[in-house]
Amino acid sequence: MTTTGEPELQRPSGATGDGDGPLLHAADVSKIFGGLVAVDDVSFSIAPRSIVSIIGPNGAGKTTFFNMLTGLYKPSLGSISFDGRDVTGKRPDVILKLGVARTFQNIRLFATMSAVENVMVGQHARMQAGIFGTILRTRGVRREEDSTRERAREMLAYVGLREREFDQISINLSYGDQRRVEIARALASGPKLLLLDEPTAGMNPQESRQLTQFMEQLRGERDLAILLIEHDMKVVMGVSEHITVLDHGQKIAEGPPQEIRENPRVVEAYLGKKG
Amino acid sequence: MSKLLRLRDDRRVSFAIAALVIVAVAMFPLFKPPLDGLVDDCVLALVYVVFALGLNIVVGFAGLLDLGYVAFYAFGALATGWFMSDFYSKVNGEKGIHVGVSKFTSSLPGIHLNFLLVIILVIVLTVLVGVIIGLPTLRLRGDYIAIVTLAFGEIIGRFAQNGDSLEVSGYKFSNGRQSISPIDQIDLPGLTQFDSATDLRPFYWTALALALVTLFVNFRLRDSRLGRAWVALREDEVAAASMGVPLVRTKLLAYGIGAGFGGIAGGFLGSYLNSVNATQFQFGFSIFILAMVILGGLGSIWGVVIGAVALAFVNNRLIPDVLNDVPDKLGLNFAVTDLSFGVFGFLLVLMMVLRPQGLLPERRRQIELTEGVGFSDESVFESRA
Repeated sequence: MTTTGEPELQRPSGATGDGDGPLLHAADVSKIFGGLVAVDDVSFSIAPRSIVSIIGPNGAGKTTFFNMLTGLYKPSLGSISFDGRDVTGKRPDVILKLGVARTFQNIRLFATMSAVENVMVGQHARMQAGIFGTILRTRGVRREEDSTRERAREMLAYVGLREREFDQISINLSYGDQRRVEIARALASGPKLLLLDEPTAGMNPQESRQLTQFMEQLRGERDLAILLIEHDMKVVMGVSEHITVLDHGQKIAEGPPQEIRENPRVVEAYLGKKG
Repeated sequence: MSKLLRLRDDRRVSFAIAALVIVAVAMFPLFKPPLDGLVDDCVLALVYVVFALGLNIVVGFAGLLDLGYVAFYAFGALATGWFMSDFYSKVNGEKGIHVGVSKFTSSLPGIHLNFLLVIILVIVLTVLVGVIIGLPTLRLRGDYIAIVTLAFGEIIGRFAQNGDSLEVSGYKFSNGRQSISPIDQIDLPGLTQFDSATDLRPFYWTALALALVTLFVNFRLRDSRLGRAWVALREDEVAAASMGVPLVRTKLLAYGIGAGFGGIAGGFLGSYLNSVNATQFQFGFSIFILAMVILGGLGSIWGVVIGAVALAFVNNRLIPDVLNDVPDKLGLNFAVTDLSFGVFGFLLVLMMVLRPQGLLPERRRQIELTEGVGFSDESVFESRA
């Protein structure tokens, strides 16, 4: 598989401090909507090539936190750095270009586009074609268009979409296939960090298991770190190396799966206090 | 049957058909007298095609409802007033500035530039105006864009109206409600100057050439990286931004390109109508062009062409020639020309009820309509540059 990743960026020394340096580091991040503190002073790091999860009951602020990492929301307080660069409050397209790609909780494919076209949009930031080149359709533009299409097809095959679905309009795809296309679209941008927002929602246990394996495979083959929001504890416990638990916007626990499973505060947040 | 289908899919065949149609359309005025009324109507129809295809990039492709498109007509037409007439007669010690114009025009005071040069200036000017209007406007979304562009269109119209008292060291912005007239006839490099008093056909061919260029650009843009980005942000801005499409820049490109074509058409019309005045730049014009786009089918290139030609003929033929006397005959005391915008409004309502996807719908728009595509949970996104 050809990955045209971004040329290795020089990491400013001491930007994040600690040794090898985390791939992503969020420092004391808060998000306040009017009077509601959706995310309250959360610090959080992801090591390169790791798979980590954020869990928590509904309304805990997980997706809000995600939206800050990808630039859809500006943090009210705190800062976020990625790959040694400060990305606090940067635009979503800038953050994507730096190497953070995501999927959405409710699949957000471009409905009237085919699977291939969706994945081609994912490569938008990696393409060069300007307006004059486009109008004149220069050789360079044509070649880029062809290679983008080719790469989109490779990517779709990689996530396991059957070839006859490639040119299918995305709303006509099955739910599972739509999830696949969305992941392919994110991967096509050549990310260093992939954020998956409840990817197994609506999947049956077998599909969930497949996805878990796929995440492991991705990390191995594509040199990715994965951040997961997930409700399915089997998936979370099975795949994550590190889990962060949010409740009411606050980080109430973090650690390896084994610890989290036994942490009384986590149990309480999920099951309520013992009577 | 299958052979026929294969024939249709063959690129060379579609090229041949297109070439044949173009030749036929180009030859048509040869069979008419040089000053035929139908040729005149066709020139206007072709100019409207340029307008409508330009607006189609903004509204049809990028999904930005622009209700102030008249602003670019205004600037295009005003530019011909500035650079192709004796409006600035004091310039250069009343001797005028002349670049690439005929001998006769060279003897006139004022600025007189070759039409090609004016068109290039107009493109630069209108794209610039488009970017200036667009930069603050396009940070908004949906209906708000419509409201603000409407206001900008109105502002430009007011400027044109009061432009006679808007002057810098004696050079006025416009002539207000009075016309800047006459405007030079079109003068293209390598050709003798056109003359609308003796022959309309060169205007027809120029308009046809402009329409074809616009058509070509429309096609090229639709099937490109940029075209995909427009569809993406039209269907789901949040996902588009998250997938690396820079929102404001992508929208600005659509808006700027649309503005450029509006300017080109406006420049041509300024010269062709031989007069530039503020009463031409009314809100109704924006709606007139928008109606063409909607009638034909948002985003559908051929549909928009059909819509533009159809409405041009409704406006220039059907209403003044056929319908105008009807109320009078019925004993009513008004003319239909007074109500032309009422007629367009009625047509729009009719379309919305009977065939909202347009006469020749675009595939994506049709799916969007029938499937109810489009996310409304836009609170997810904090509107920023």
